[in-house]
Amino acid sequence: MREVSIVGFGQTKVGEHWDRSLRHLAGDAVLAAMKHAGIERVDVLYVGNMLSGVLTGQEHLGALVADFVGLRGVEAVKVEAACASGAAAVRQALIAVASGLAEVAIAVGVEKMTDEVGSSVTSGLAMAADADYETAHGLSFVAINALLMRRYMYEFGYRREDFAGFAVNAHANAVNNPYAMFQRPVSAETFARAGMIASPISLLDSSPICDGAAAVVIVPSKQARALTDKPVRIAASATATDAIALHDRPDPLFLQAAHDSAYKAYLQAGIQPKDVALFELHDAFTIMSALSLEATGFAERGRGVTLALDGEIRPDGRIPIATMGGLKARGHPVGATGVYQIVEVAQQLRGEAGANQVPDAHWGMAQNIGGSGATIVTHILETSDS
Amino acid sequence: MGLPTHWRLKHQRYQLTGEVCLKCGAKLFPPRDVCPECNKPAYEPFTFSGRGEVYSYSTVYQAPDGYHEYVPYTVALVRLEEGPLVTAQLTDVDSDQVEIGMPVEMVTRKMREYGEDGVIVYGYKFRKTLESPA
Repeated sequence: MREVSIVGFGQTKVGEHWDRSLRHLAGDAVLAAMKHAGIERVDVLYVGNMLSGVLTGQEHLGALVADFVGLRGVEAVKVEAACASGAAAVRQALIAVASGLAEVAIAVGVEKMTDEVGSSVTSGLAMAADADYETAHGLSFVAINALLMRRYMYEFGYRREDFAGFAVNAHANAVNNPYAMFQRPVSAETFARAGMIASPISLLDSSPICDGAAAVVIVPSKQARALTDKPVRIAASATATDAIALHDRPDPLFLQAAHDSAYKAYLQAGIQPKDVALFELHDAFTIMSALSLEATGFAERGRGVTLALDGEIRPDGRIPIATMGGLKARGHPVGATGVYQIVEVAQQLRGEAGANQVPDAHWGMAQNIGGSGATIVTHILETSDS
Repeated sequence: MGLPTHWRLKHQRYQLTGEVCLKCGAKLFPPRDVCPECNKPAYEPFTFSGRGEVYSYSTVYQAPDGYHEYVPYTVALVRLEEGPLVTAQLTDVDSDQVEIGMPVEMVTRKMREYGEDGVIVYGYKFRKTLESPA
């Protein structure tokens, strides 16, 4: 298996794009990525997406997007792993190139969530859970995460207000990201007053419903320098699964799949958590940030929230997260998120993160979570100056 | 409406019937064909007592389609006394009266309807355990 690198990427602004359909958004991202990489020929296209069928009546996205962007005839399939679809699509593209079966692969993540009313989107998102034994009881996806947050607060003695740092950090960083959905700061006071969606999760614990698309171009590392001065090597890529339902996990407060995929990735890259300069984790809800930090070796069990309280998650902290706004403030167009995370790590490693630049970033990690932790895809990227 | 889906689940929904693994003794709910503890085949039915305690809970204010009319309602993870966790709504209790560790017992309640003319789905919910008269 040969090494692969990202040589170009593209992303749309995340937001409510009434005037752009799913195929248009995907097209915007793919064409921008191809232009960025300076390529015209593509061997395979993977389209990461979760809800196109339920919310836009459209499946079969591989063929749809390939044709729409002028790649009619090219091998293309949709990849779905709930909210981990984006990173899962990147992993497929990596495998295609690493295996030698493709010379140029594109992974695009796209999600169009705003064509339907909120309750339909809520129903769609709940499909990441167990239909017969979780969703059937009226659980929304927010409620599932709320069950985790409530138990976590009970076991470790935190109050709701203690989670504010995750939202405050994400929003502060999004101010400097032109692609972010929310470009204004949020204060801890506003966080404390936010209305409940499913207690104890409030509006400001939760990532927004939105539209967006992001894409990356992957080629063998040996060919990368011919295309760009700043290739970003994918040093690790690992996926792990867990029981889809919270109730089927021996320890719901431990994201086993986050741990398993992260440690497989550390081994592949030959690094430790302390070597990671920034971590684009899956902050769909503040509780997920805390649990992700704990499962991947950045905090002891029950101490993830302390990293937010102590400011360690900020760009100048020990383990910067959500450096371009994260799911909370850049936004969470679910099937696209995993690709946004990887694009943002690439921007950081190329020194293109502007005001949010993490200094001397050599290794960056991105972790994309499907459902409440049932599919977790971790990537570690390495800067090219080595 | 998923009529066959609800029909298939009736033993689980009305009786809380899961499985016991004959190899390692693990009690399983929901039932599944492979024991997650020992990886051996598991097909032997086991009906749970319905007694348990609240492991966690949440009150839902924004519901998915089909559940709007019940908002606000409280969902919970219940630790059954035989071991497994089960996801269900709590019933016959005010949301501000719920506590982690609260003893609960299974009852059969309406879960949802599919419109005016559609199927009415029943299943397990949990209420605070009623104390027997002295």
